Amino acid sequence: MVIDAASGAVHSVDEVAYDAIQKLDEEVTGAGAGAAFSDSGLIDRIASEISRKHGISEDDAKETLGDIAELHEQGLLWSEDPFEQAADEIKIRQSVLKAICLHVAHGCNMDCEYCFAGKGDYSGKSGIMSAEVGKRALDYLVEHSGTRRHLEVDFFGGEPLINWDVCKEIVAYGRELEKKHNKIFNFTLTTNGVLIDDDVIDFTNREMGNVVLSMDGRRDTHDRMRHSKTGGGTYDMIMDNFRALVDSRLENAERSSEYYMRGTYTAYNKDFAADVIAMADLGFRETSIEPVVSDPDVPYALHEEDLPKLYEEYEKLALEMLAREERGEGFSFYHYTVDLTGGPCIYKRVAGCGVATEYLAVTPTGDLYPCHQFVGDDNMIVGNIYDGITHPETVGIFSSGNNIYTRDDCKNCWARLYCAGGCAANNYHSNGDINKVYRFGCKLHRKRIECALMMAAAREK
Amino acid sequence: MKRIKTITTRDMAESKVTGGCGECQTSCQSASKTSCSVANQHCEQRKEK
Repeated sequence: MVIDAASGAVHSVDEVAYDAIQKLDEEVTGAGAGAAFSDSGLIDRIASEISRKHGISEDDAKETLGDIAELHEQGLLWSEDPFEQAADEIKIRQSVLKAICLHVAHGCNMDCEYCFAGKGDYSGKSGIMSAEVGKRALDYLVEHSGTRRHLEVDFFGGEPLINWDVCKEIVAYGRELEKKHNKIFNFTLTTNGVLIDDDVIDFTNREMGNVVLSMDGRRDTHDRMRHSKTGGGTYDMIMDNFRALVDSRLENAERSSEYYMRGTYTAYNKDFAADVIAMADLGFRETSIEPVVSDPDVPYALHEEDLPKLYEEYEKLALEMLAREERGEGFSFYHYTVDLTGGPCIYKRVAGCGVATEYLAVTPTGDLYPCHQFVGDDNMIVGNIYDGITHPETVGIFSSGNNIYTRDDCKNCWARLYCAGGCAANNYHSNGDINKVYRFGCKLHRKRIECALMMAAAREK
Repeated sequence: MKRIKTITTRDMAESKVTGGCGECQTSCQSASKTSCSVANQHCEQRKEK
């Protein structure tokens, strides 16, 4: 497989074509690929080398080189990047508030070992959001959303279901605002599942888009990290609830794929493909699993030396998914669901995550943070829902000069148009700087994109 | 082409002309919550067509 980084074009190639492209790539200099193609001596030499190496005729090799030249002329190989100059303009066009993460509860009824939120209370800053704060947060979102029509609100925590009545009140208020302001709210929920009951199922089916259900896969994996307050595993506390919620969603065509079983993998389950497959075997068809982001000194932290094993697992998962698809037993994995033709435009791909500009997290008391992963860090507070942005200098760190062309790691990365620059919070927490990429995360993300594109190529075959 | 199959992808240059409406999903909001990725997001304009 060959990807043209600047145009995002993806080519499925055989070994001969791959070799030919690689050899040409070694010869492409500052003069560009066009110069290499007009050098008939060079083309003859490469044709001869390929012909000998692969046991094909020189005419065949030349035909392949001709095809490669044609793709270059079409702007699909060694293309010039036409977007770098426009990057700042592109970023500015994406600057209204579109989404908020409502931390309706800084508290949790579980006690997960790897919780980034300080086991739910964000470094001792526990609290429950009132309906008044939640409603004002929606007003704030509408006031700052400009002409943007679709607005996203995620109920998050801690565990949002410990403040469920307030969630419902906020949704009802949102529906009133929709009519008044010609907006459409997409409410979503992220939950550990303990408190899911018929009312939660009924309400979320009526009122909420995606529901993210936290579960780590196999029972042992899950119970090792996701503990109850009394110390035991929680697998048995949540599985029936998740099953009931998902079964109910499956009865509704509009909602049937609007959920994710979302896990976290750590050094304890580097064989995480088995955890995703365990989710699928339980009948959950929408799956997702993320590497833990943690202090490197904790025993469950992932390290550079784990990468070969993690790559192997991503490949194993991709191949298993393809095999199941062929058998009519396919399921979806968040990072492999790449929409090649209907995906985002270049504006989105250059600007990337809307942290601090398009997206804000709101705490139980109404404080605003760049995103949910910065909540609790006093240096990162940007304002509150009553006074608005009170720390524009902090927002400025995120909004100015922050795109895929301002970081060398991104600018030179083949995956830049599929990734859009990664996660500012991961950058900050691993390097202390939102503009220094989290290289370990990049390596995993490139692998995921590679697998997703490989799967797309395999399906075309 | 005998040895190369180009997989259909969105024309980025064309999307510079027609895109930028800003209606698409932002950040990792409602799925991963820990890693931003755009490749798996959908263009709202195309979804509505």
